[in-house]
Amino acid sequence: SLRSVSVWGVGGRVEMTVSKFMAIQQALQPDWFQCLSDGEASCEEATSMKRARKSVDRSLLFLDNCLRLQEESEVLQKSVIIGVIEGGDVMEERLRSARETAKRPVGGFLLDGFQGNPATLDTRLRLLSSVTAELPEDKPRLVSGVSRPDEVLECIERGVDLFESFFPYQVTERGCALTFSFDYQPNPEETLLQQNGTQEEIKYVDQIKKIKTTGCNQEMTSFEINLKEKKYQEDFNPLVRGCSCYCCKNHTRAYIHHLLVTNELLAGVLLMMHNFEHYFGFFHSIREALKSDRLAQLKELIHRQVP
Amino acid sequence: MAAAASPASLDSAPRIMRLVAECSRSRARAGELRLPHGLVATPVFMPVGTQATMKGITAEQLDALGCRICLGNTYHLGLRPGPELIQKAHGLHGFMNWPHNLLTDSGGFQMVSLVSLSEVTEEGVRFRSPYDGDETLLSPEKSVQIQNALGSDIIMQLDDVVSSTVTGPRVEEAMYRSIRWLDRCIAAHRRPDKQNLFAIIQGGLDADLRATCLEEMTKRDVPGFAIGGLSGGESKAQFWKMVALSTSRLPKDKPRYLMGVGYATDLVVCVALGCDMFDCVFPTRTARFGSALVPTGNLQLKKKLFEKDFGPIDPECTCPTCQKHSRAFLHALLHSDNTAALHHLTVHNIAYQLQLMSAMRASIVEKRFPEFVRNFMGTMYGDPTLCPTWATEALASVGITLD
Repeated sequence: SLRSVSVWGVGGRVEMTVSKFMAIQQALQPDWFQCLSDGEASCEEATSMKRARKSVDRSLLFLDNCLRLQEESEVLQKSVIIGVIEGGDVMEERLRSARETAKRPVGGFLLDGFQGNPATLDTRLRLLSSVTAELPEDKPRLVSGVSRPDEVLECIERGVDLFESFFPYQVTERGCALTFSFDYQPNPEETLLQQNGTQEEIKYVDQIKKIKTTGCNQEMTSFEINLKEKKYQEDFNPLVRGCSCYCCKNHTRAYIHHLLVTNELLAGVLLMMHNFEHYFGFFHSIREALKSDRLAQLKELIHRQVP
Repeated sequence: MAAAASPASLDSAPRIMRLVAECSRSRARAGELRLPHGLVATPVFMPVGTQATMKGITAEQLDALGCRICLGNTYHLGLRPGPELIQKAHGLHGFMNWPHNLLTDSGGFQMVSLVSLSEVTEEGVRFRSPYDGDETLLSPEKSVQIQNALGSDIIMQLDDVVSSTVTGPRVEEAMYRSIRWLDRCIAAHRRPDKQNLFAIIQGGLDADLRATCLEEMTKRDVPGFAIGGLSGGESKAQFWKMVALSTSRLPKDKPRYLMGVGYATDLVVCVALGCDMFDCVFPTRTARFGSALVPTGNLQLKKKLFEKDFGPIDPECTCPTCQKHSRAFLHALLHSDNTAALHHLTVHNIAYQLQLMSAMRASIVEKRFPEFVRNFMGTMYGDPTLCPTWATEALASVGITLD
């Protein structure tokens, strides 16, 4: 309908109207919040021009209404609205969405619909470049659902600043640990050791495995190891040598393997700590690489780890 | 079969327990265990970490709560990951990276809990593995061998365990067999200097059998004694009498470990009866059902009445959960698909148990244990006189009255 978006939550379906949405924001008092938008065009395989246009129109309408309600709310004066760029795969509509949203007093832009399977990412990357070209330099650009290290770098090269992602959690849920290297300027000894390490992992992951996780059928990537595998049963190394997370400082792959095999809760706790730290470390290295103009080197390192 | 130790050798047995204070009325004692991985203040509650982990809690969190000894389970660890691997990992301490003390039970209790998968003979207990159908024989020698590989600070004899609801000749058979198995464990123990082997008093709910077991086992040169075969389905009235009988016959200068006891009231009464060490899965298990332990009993946080209750579980509790989170938040978490609430509650419930033991110890040292007991019962039951009959009688038997 014109006035609302259907949202499915723990209790069932909710008709999210602008006023309901803003009432929730008033209660939460967030620092930033993503505006209500129509992302349905982005969910479908092939978006029709008509559907894409509709998603842009409705999203702009929602934005204007939310901005108006925000003005009237004392409690939300300190909160910042993030405008959402819609338009599916239709270039014309994407550009229109970007230009129109940029005219509004939003604090940043969320580029919706760039998540999805890697096969479609190529076309979407072209859209992405065009969209960010229309956006002001001094406001952050967010993308959600893009999380593989190689894809992250592609988006960063095209002007994305923030990534909301589920990836470290998904990796944890499938009993895996992120192990990919992002150290693009290591010392020579480490290079040799790590190269041997990464060669090993790539050789192994020639067959990509489908591992069921809670509700989401996600494939294990080449950036991680699966601690359930028997080969880790007697591996007394940390998940990643040199990692300073609690898990790597205190525990071994053998212990994590045991916890997973015996279905112990601690497995997820320890893996989560590692996966966050590893992923944050990756982003730290991206920032360092950008500052010292070495992104190409980091990109090359990451691409060596993609099968 | 080893001959009974003579009184002379008993005097030379190492004493791991130092008594710090004794209640002048009851049999309660405050003490200190000197174990290879550090000192442990008694009375002590030992959380149960069956499979080399404390149900979602990290070693660091457990240490921060003040835990200095916890339990591992020989039967489970013996199957997965197995003693050879653990030995390669520098023992159970190394494998789970726990710097303090560990106590491993012998696997005997699984004889009762997994009774459909087990068969007992003089040789040992034959188990069929639930994982691969393989048969294993857990003999006294094998149990000690596994525990030697695990390297725990206190190891338990393999005992012939029968459920406390069993009556008849089986109880007597199990009692005498436990004595013979104790001697076999002592003989098989390769590391008496590094690991303390405790005997386990059996005899069910029969006073004569228990008395016999006490008389025989106390002749053996072991650093400590456990009171076993209780905390099953028996009535509380029978339970406390067996505990009291046991503590009256156990040496004062060695620790008394009452196995499987963990409800707050039971802990308080059994400390009064002279027990020093306790273990139970109850606090960690009940946490995973959304239940938080408090001085007045427990809070079922899933219930609607906590939906908007923004206070902590217990305003007097110093645990991280009570410092940071409200009942309302935990309630919301319990109704989501997020398992975080279980971790928060496990932390709190362990803290509750440890704080209870600490408080008891302080009251014994400060010579006000009977008053502590009265206050505890008053808080728990609304009025000290509303305390359950069995507890009132048990306390009265050691000179503590509640009115």
